[in-house]
Amino acid sequence: MNLSGYARADGRKGIRNVLVVAYLVECAHHVAREIVAPFRDQGVHLIGFPGCYPNAYAVAMMEKLCTHPNVGGVLLVSLGCEGFDKRRLARTIEASGRPVRTLGIQQTGGTRSTIAAGREWVSATLPQLRAQPAVPMRVDELTVGTICGGSDATSGLTANPAMGVAFDLLVAEGARTIFEETGELIGMEHLMAARAKTGPLGDELKRTVAKAAEYYATLGYASFAPGNADGGLTTIEEKSLGAYAKSGQSRIDGIVKPGIEPPASGLYLLDVVPDGEVRFGFPNINDNAEIAELIACGSHVILFSTGRGSVVGSAIAPVIKVCANPDTYRRMQDDMDVDAGRILEGRATLDDVGREIYDLIARVGNGEATRSEELGHQEFILTYKSFEPLGPACLPV
Amino acid sequence: MPDVMKLAPQDNVAVALRPLRAGEAVTLDGASLTVDRDVAVGHKVAACDIAPGATITKYNCPIGIATQAIAAGEYVHTHNVKSGYLPTYTLT
Repeated sequence: MNLSGYARADGRKGIRNVLVVAYLVECAHHVAREIVAPFRDQGVHLIGFPGCYPNAYAVAMMEKLCTHPNVGGVLLVSLGCEGFDKRRLARTIEASGRPVRTLGIQQTGGTRSTIAAGREWVSATLPQLRAQPAVPMRVDELTVGTICGGSDATSGLTANPAMGVAFDLLVAEGARTIFEETGELIGMEHLMAARAKTGPLGDELKRTVAKAAEYYATLGYASFAPGNADGGLTTIEEKSLGAYAKSGQSRIDGIVKPGIEPPASGLYLLDVVPDGEVRFGFPNINDNAEIAELIACGSHVILFSTGRGSVVGSAIAPVIKVCANPDTYRRMQDDMDVDAGRILEGRATLDDVGREIYDLIARVGNGEATRSEELGHQEFILTYKSFEPLGPACLPV
Repeated sequence: MPDVMKLAPQDNVAVALRPLRAGEAVTLDGASLTVDRDVAVGHKVAACDIAPGATITKYNCPIGIATQAIAAGEYVHTHNVKSGYLPTYTLT
């Protein structure tokens, strides 16, 4: 797989050269959105954190996202009095070699003047990004994340195992691959542990799932939407079986947490469930919260399987939509990149679709737009969470 | 193409590969099963008689526990199966 990337000062490469506009509290959201509006089809993406109280997780996420290899420059939009450490974030971005500017709405004179100043900076910075030459990029410089959303009973039969085939091909070629949502691996802990690189890592894998089960039990709900049941999934463990198939058959090399990049090629589980007592509510309030975390772990591109029919994309990284259900595909074709429901109708094999996904990743890594990119989807959400550092057995050498 | 299939030979449920109609007879492992109600693609029917309290298996993995007796061919879903972990939330 030969890709085309943008070189960054830290040695990583991106498959996009996005200019990010980030609001640092909800009070700055409207101004940031208005700055982006005239440039929304020009690779300018809006992200942000709505809270006013400080949170180490949110700071780490914003630092990782603003210095993501797909990002070429950042405009920070602050109200001026919020708790977010904007100076630290700006220093981190500057140290990464990217152009960065911080606008404080209170200092700049309010809504109108900040929107004008922001648009002026974006206009001046975009040509720099466009002038940056593309360089060859290898598959071992690529990180791919996977998620399922709007799952039904076909997800685990077609799209998820086909993405697993693509993951196995990527791992064999040296890519970093990440699967996630420990709350949707409940019941799979023993199967996963048997695939771990080391015994202690296997124990850690079981612990992450036990933590998720306990967390969701405290909240009173599993990671299971009513639409999952309408789609034929009866229990969380049945949903887990399908979700687990996304990971393919490769050895599991480690566990990461949001904002931690896999240190080498291979397959990694992203532990998305917070540590400690239940504090800020549901681990991830929707699919985009998980996508943002996969991206913060360095994912250049996201494989998203759906049976019921999700339409989302994301800021910063392209999302490839793999549709599991042939009826959904016929109904929502414009939103879908891959028709995995053909497997159910005997028109393709799992290997055919796995290879098709792999080939599409190569094209997207050479600049081809995904359906959600074409349609302008740039969803983003970031909320409060708290994590402890990774345990020593999580990333065995 | 078969109408229903088991994802592992040991399973006690089979998955519909096309929409099934109530009263329809389908073939599984050489035997005939009569489906008790309409079943959508991907949804499950019992591959054999299942006793209350028995573990439901798909891909030879446990996916829940039967809350009542389920006859071969009967639709298997939230009305007759519960999770071994966390309750399933549905809109009524």
